[in-house]
Amino acid sequence: MQLIPCPFCGARPEDEFHYRGDASVKRPAPDAGEQAFYDYVYTRANPRSWHTEWWRHFAGCRQWLKVERNTLTHEVGAAVSPAETLPHTPA
Amino acid sequence: MSGHRLPRGGFIDRSRRLAFRFDGKVLEGHPGDTLASALIANGVTLVGRSFKYHRPRGILTAGPEEPNALVELGEEGRTEPNTKATEVELFDGLVARSQNRWPSLAFDLGAVNGLAGKMISAGFYYKTFMWPAAFWEKVYEPLIRRAAGLGRATYAPDPDVYEAMNDHCDVLVVGGGPAGFATARAAGSAGARVILCERESLLGGGLLLDPALEGWRSDMIAALEAIPEVTILKRTNVFGYYDHNCLGAVEKLSDGPLGEGEIRQRYHVIRPKQVVLATGATERLIAFPDNDRPGVMMAGAALVYLRRFGVAPGRRAVVFTNNDSAYAAARALKDAGLERVAVVDARGKGQEAGGLDVRLACEVMGFDGRRVALHRRGGGGNAEAIEADLLCVSGGWNPNVDLASQSGAKTAWGAELACPIPGVPVQAERSAGAARGVFGIGAAARDGLAAGREAARLAGFPTDADFPLPKDDPPALALVPLWEVRGRGKSFVDLQHDVTTDDIRLAHREGFSHIEHAKRYTTHNMATDQGKIGGLVGAAILAEARGERPEAVGLPTFRPYTAPVAFGAFAGRATGDRFEPIRRTALHDWHVGHDAVMQRAGAWMRPFYYPKAGEDAWTAILREARMVRSGVGVCDVSTLGKIDLQGPDAVVFLDRLYANTMSTLPVGRARYGLMLREDGIVFDDGTVTRLGPEHFLVTTTTGEAEAVLEHMEFHAQTVWPELDLQFCSVTDEWAQMSVAGPRSRDTLTKAVAGLALSNASFPFVAAGEGTIGEVPVRLFRISFSGELAYEVAAPSGFAEQIWEAILRAGREFGIAPYGLEAMDVLRIEKGHPAGQELGGFTTAADLGLGRLVKKSGDFVGRILAGRPALIDPRRPRLTGIRPVDKAQRLRGGAHLVAEPGSLDSLGHVTSVTRSVELEQWIGLALLEEAESWRDKRVWAVSPLHEERVEVVVTSPCFVDPENARVRA
Repeated sequence: MQLIPCPFCGARPEDEFHYRGDASVKRPAPDAGEQAFYDYVYTRANPRSWHTEWWRHFAGCRQWLKVERNTLTHEVGAAVSPAETLPHTPA
Repeated sequence: MSGHRLPRGGFIDRSRRLAFRFDGKVLEGHPGDTLASALIANGVTLVGRSFKYHRPRGILTAGPEEPNALVELGEEGRTEPNTKATEVELFDGLVARSQNRWPSLAFDLGAVNGLAGKMISAGFYYKTFMWPAAFWEKVYEPLIRRAAGLGRATYAPDPDVYEAMNDHCDVLVVGGGPAGFATARAAGSAGARVILCERESLLGGGLLLDPALEGWRSDMIAALEAIPEVTILKRTNVFGYYDHNCLGAVEKLSDGPLGEGEIRQRYHVIRPKQVVLATGATERLIAFPDNDRPGVMMAGAALVYLRRFGVAPGRRAVVFTNNDSAYAAARALKDAGLERVAVVDARGKGQEAGGLDVRLACEVMGFDGRRVALHRRGGGGNAEAIEADLLCVSGGWNPNVDLASQSGAKTAWGAELACPIPGVPVQAERSAGAARGVFGIGAAARDGLAAGREAARLAGFPTDADFPLPKDDPPALALVPLWEVRGRGKSFVDLQHDVTTDDIRLAHREGFSHIEHAKRYTTHNMATDQGKIGGLVGAAILAEARGERPEAVGLPTFRPYTAPVAFGAFAGRATGDRFEPIRRTALHDWHVGHDAVMQRAGAWMRPFYYPKAGEDAWTAILREARMVRSGVGVCDVSTLGKIDLQGPDAVVFLDRLYANTMSTLPVGRARYGLMLREDGIVFDDGTVTRLGPEHFLVTTTTGEAEAVLEHMEFHAQTVWPELDLQFCSVTDEWAQMSVAGPRSRDTLTKAVAGLALSNASFPFVAAGEGTIGEVPVRLFRISFSGELAYEVAAPSGFAEQIWEAILRAGREFGIAPYGLEAMDVLRIEKGHPAGQELGGFTTAADLGLGRLVKKSGDFVGRILAGRPALIDPRRPRLTGIRPVDKAQRLRGGAHLVAEPGSLDSLGHVTSVTRSVELEQWIGLALLEEAESWRDKRVWAVSPLHEERVEVVVTSPCFVDPENARVRA
């Protein structure tokens, strides 16, 4: 049971959140073409290490959070609001 | 029949007797006994029959590693199969039955399997039961089903109460032996909050096995109980180590009869800052022919029975060992007055004999319950036999690394112990005592003290706590690895699953040489004892077959649970009605009070129909639907998702989320809204109503309400955060009622003030506000049924008042409530897609809504909806069907084919109903090239049900295709 450090609510267990996936993918400009949208929806790096991802605190503040998490060790770095930059991307 | 109670000793209450039944026979024991110790005290040797070969089995161990003594405990709803007799605390009236034998334990017909031994070795079922093919379903599978498994589960519900708790502490100590005691006292006296979990009912672990240590044990328990911040949980097994220092445990409160409201088990979710694993070690076996016979017992277990339970497991003992630890059991057996005790030591050098008959450099090669066969190692010399009814075995001790390993720490190889030991921690944990290979009471206690200080310091409680510890007598085990004594016969590495050393070698020959493959091919380690005593031995056999060392082969990954956990413990109180939260609309009590048949639809309780006296379901449903088509009805649709959206950029936002245009929506109008996923598939449909220039009300389907809100929040917060808008869910704030039918206008004209409802003033898709009584309401002229209809939204607190006002107003027109089933009849007749059609695989064009999709402007799903596979005109499209023979039924899910007997599916039936408009069954379906099939016939077939119905392909709209009624 991972703890997500919600910046508004504090560290909360993961079952209070919905996980959406890779937060490094940005919705393309409307005229970017089919390949760009295909990659946006389907293509993922799926790293076996640090991963920037979306979690939504649906059972708490209902805010979307950008979270740094290591997919191999499950270590969680920081969690910030969508507009903020994460403090650092660990090696 | 040689186990017996000793005259003295043991942590049992000899002044009280408990009566219990085993296989119908009444026996006696004492408080403090386990079922196993009481059976041994009564001289019971045979306790079960093995899984595959039905070999007779006795009690092998004294703990959760027991592979043989599995009993069925309890009766009816409390029946617990596969319970280990070594873990059951004896209580008065206990009833237990042995398993896997017929007609009886002593005379079991299943033993005939043993004769076919060679043919049913590991993996035999991959190579048999193939011919003839027809036999599989009719003969082999039923036979296998009857023969498989050990215990039988009950079908009755569990009547017991279970509970769940969340625990937080500074230091969690797993294990209440010498190391655990020292850890808990060190951390507790530093002021840390400590939880100490001990899986047994008695604290002490190895301290229980030496009377000289009883003083220290009692002192430590008293000291711990005197520290208020120390919580001791006995009978509590920590079964799993999860992410971020989260651990799970189950506390067993009682196996016996419970009083009113008493709890059977408590499930703990523990989140400590620091963990110390003082989980001890488990003895491992040695594989030799017939090492599973009744009378074989682990040496450490024999010591437990002698010292903890005051029971001797036999009268003449042989102790077979490759290390020093078994001598303690040998001496204790001698002290207990056994007729003879011999030690067969595989090593060249043993311990001080002291009255024991010690055979060095010898190994056991067989046992038949009366005699132990042995020979010199290396083969020189003749075989010898020693008469014995008890053969104790010690192949070494494995630190219990399960939890350390589950936490993510890799294991290292302990060369002296020839087994895995905990590696470098990756979470906030460390192991202490025998759990990390530090054996000996004094050494373990010292190790625990150090671990306790360290854990307390890291948790913020630095300390140099100190207290008296037992003498430091660290015994080196002086172990010489011995995994197998080769010989004719079956040498078991997994007794519960009847896996032999030959099976392991077979797995390697067949190519299943990786430990994870060999495990699954042979089922080694996969029984309820989880390979605790034989897992490493099997890995060593595999290593030898591969020509490698055991450490190269490794062990299968450790995963929760360290011991089986009852489902009831996880369910806790969340069973029956409490399994999921139930959502009720504001009109719930009214529906119930008017005899509505209420059913769950997702989390909601909804009225499905309101039967009058004597009506069956369809009669009521069709009556309600007819009433809507001919007069007026009212339906509670409060469960639809409702989102209130405001702001200067609300209109831009809506345009980007919906496939159709919302910015052209005038104030005071509603519009059907189609929302796509970014991959072009239809996500949800609903309505958007413009209440003001910058004020909108969005509705969604009931089932997707939360998902749509999440979708909107994702886009507003992360994709277009620059947009100026706010929104929130108002689903529970508004009760919503659909008033539908030709007389609906008449009804609402009477009930609603402040809003003109003529067709000119309030046309189709108009929206406005009025009052009913003095309560402000919103009206939306939208129709799901295909009739003239309105939705009335009232603040939830006034729901009943409004509902009843509508019923009063409509009484002269024959109004009555209609439920979900009638609503479904009506919408299917009208051809409106719902859940079955919006299943996450259809596009707007599939549903006949392609013309709604805007041609320009960005919106979610626009680009990928244009992919060739999604615009292929041959895709199945929404269509209607009705049976040619009006008396025939339709079945949802049936496939549409051109000819009966064809297996070429052209699509499938999505929604079906009896129709009031057509007086027969009708359906909606998705059909390839639907337009070319219009008015032609296809077949709706369900091979599973052996049904085929000839149907005519029609328009999906069976009622008023010109929409004259909704626009009236």
